[in-house]
Amino acid sequence: MPVMSYIQAVTSALREEMQRDEKVFVLGEDVGRKGGVFKATEGLYNEFGEYRVLDTPLAESAIAGVGIGAAMYGMRPVAEMQFADFIMPAVNQIISEAARIRYRSNNDWDCPIVIRAPYGGGVHGALYHSQSVEAIFANQPGLKIVMPSTPYDVKGLLKAAIRDNDPVLFFEHKRAYRLLKGEVPEEDYVLPIGKADVKREGSDITVITYGLCVHFALQAAEKLAEEGIDAHILDLRTIYPLDKEAIIEAAKKTGKVLLVTEDNKEGSIIGEVAAIIAENCLFDLDAPVQRLAGPDVPSMPYAPTMEKFFMMNPDKIEKAMRELAEF
Amino acid sequence: MATEKITMPQLGESVTEGTISTWLVKVGDHVNKYDPLAEVMTDKVNAEVPSSFTGTIKEIVTAEGETVAVGELICYIETEAGGTVEASAAKGEEKKETVTAQNETTDQSMKNRYSPAVFKLAQENNINLNQVNGTGRGGRITRKDIEKIISTGQTPTLSESATPAITVEKESSNNTPGPSTPQPTSQVGDIEIPVTGVRKIIAQNMVRSKTEIPHAWMMVEVDVTNLVNYRNKIKNDFKQNEGYNLTYFSFFVKAVAQALKKFPQLNSTWAGDKIIQRKDINLSIAVAKDQELFVPVIKNADEKSIKGIAREINDLAQKARNNKLTTNDMQGGTFTVNNTGSFGSVQSMGVINHPQAAILQIESIVKKPVIIDNMFAARDMVNLCLSLDHRILDGLICGQFLAYVKETLETMNENTVQVY
Repeated sequence: MPVMSYIQAVTSALREEMQRDEKVFVLGEDVGRKGGVFKATEGLYNEFGEYRVLDTPLAESAIAGVGIGAAMYGMRPVAEMQFADFIMPAVNQIISEAARIRYRSNNDWDCPIVIRAPYGGGVHGALYHSQSVEAIFANQPGLKIVMPSTPYDVKGLLKAAIRDNDPVLFFEHKRAYRLLKGEVPEEDYVLPIGKADVKREGSDITVITYGLCVHFALQAAEKLAEEGIDAHILDLRTIYPLDKEAIIEAAKKTGKVLLVTEDNKEGSIIGEVAAIIAENCLFDLDAPVQRLAGPDVPSMPYAPTMEKFFMMNPDKIEKAMRELAEF
Repeated sequence: MATEKITMPQLGESVTEGTISTWLVKVGDHVNKYDPLAEVMTDKVNAEVPSSFTGTIKEIVTAEGETVAVGELICYIETEAGGTVEASAAKGEEKKETVTAQNETTDQSMKNRYSPAVFKLAQENNINLNQVNGTGRGGRITRKDIEKIISTGQTPTLSESATPAITVEKESSNNTPGPSTPQPTSQVGDIEIPVTGVRKIIAQNMVRSKTEIPHAWMMVEVDVTNLVNYRNKIKNDFKQNEGYNLTYFSFFVKAVAQALKKFPQLNSTWAGDKIIQRKDINLSIAVAKDQELFVPVIKNADEKSIKGIAREINDLAQKARNNKLTTNDMQGGTFTVNNTGSFGSVQSMGVINHPQAAILQIESIVKKPVIIDNMFAARDMVNLCLSLDHRILDGLICGQFLAYVKETLETMNENTVQVY
């Protein structure tokens, strides 16, 4: 199996889906000739031409709007927001149109669009290139939000998102693009949207997280294994709607649960995970459910020391895991 | 000489690794701070890695052409300054480990805090949690501890004969083994309960008091019928107005404080070649909490109204229950009043609160047939038991003291007592 980086897995999923289905097309800022600012669409313009890889104006509302219209007419658009931070002008299109249309039209219409966006910090991106925006969309029935943590999951889930008949927000951690590498099968495969995945079996504590934090948690778990602390790690993969069954099972497994996100703590998706555990697992809990998250500060600062304070990292997770294990 | 590490620097946004294309130095070369060490290629930029130190290249770890993550070691530089960074880091870790090890052995504050999972498992498997040793923080019993007991089958089950391992019985100090007695050993099935800080101090104080002070004991029976009637009449209004209970104990404390003013001999301390008679009347009151015993102090009790005393007892008891008592709350006691009646006791021999001269046990108020004017009457009777330091006090003075307390209490009624 070839080893791919996280971003190569994105490109490969896009290429294979465009080859498989000619209704699939890509649109976004600089996705064509330049191949995207992160090079996620590199080579697609040459392979599929300007009618299937569209360079758009700097207008996110239009990117989403055009994509939604095309999707409702039977196309399979994959729209790219250059940074998740810039999705805000498109929120009305995504929530009020894409998420609602199937319900509003009583199943007459659907909207199979994928909106990809790089999120997250730790790359000196400062306020407008570091945000985690998933919580804004995570209470909008009709939407699905996928946030993969490994190259293997990226390929399988992006393909599934493109083939899904409803709108999917696909958030990719920009620091993971070149940081994470892993084996990715060359052949076609899809992974189920809405299913969490156990990334590490363990019996002492349960860590539930998603995205880049899964990688950090795994690193922390390896260190703690040397101290005899055995961590169970659940990767949510789809953060909306949540895989309740998997969350309950993972929480019950050890009774000590740490929830991790890079997002601001209050109102983040892990609060919902905590609520699911509280509703279902009282008599299996051996410790208060812990949340480890970014501070409730408007955005990630530029100054390296401040960025480090805000950004999640393996050390912070390791500390929280050890404390929970010792409880 | 110190060995410093040079690591792969962060060479741009979203760059997480770099490839060493060329080393510009070799082992043994002298470099100045900021001198270039190597050329590095990333998928965004080519750059030079500057030295962060002045010194000699000791070892090159990453070979040319190798790709390493940002922050990973690429070479060692030997500098002139003393002490290696790694060594000090290692020491820090060791220290931390010993500290946590100590915490584990002494702190038992979480011993009786059970999680829902532990409760459920203990109930389902009929495990007596009092007999389980916890491995969690502060001695907390974890779900894993219970699961281990279940899987190994060594279940300390609930049995009728199981008596609480620790009681508030003060006389237990008698049994504290001296240095010559052999240490008792535990048999299979016995449970060993570590002695916590507070319990240790209680034990020391009790042994000290009983071995140093020659205790003598006397008791009087007091008819508090009038006091009971009066208190019952006003207690509801009091509670409504003040928000806390008007306990009998407050009246007793008041009576004792007054008596001590008249008989200061009991408000004193043995000091070897002299007896120190205390001017302030500060009454220690015993407050039991779970498995601990505290004796906070009502300062200048003789200057306080019954309401003031009731309020202070309430405050101190609250503090004791919430672990909020300060050293200041516990200091300066000159005489102890112990509310043994609250456990239903009718007679007890208190251990003097060292270095005080006496302790008075207020027993339960019990309705009894009493002969008054050759007729039987149902009266509310209470025993007051005094333990005294026979070095300082004799029967005569203590008898007078008790008689005074008795008289004060027996004449307490609507017309003679001011609560406020």
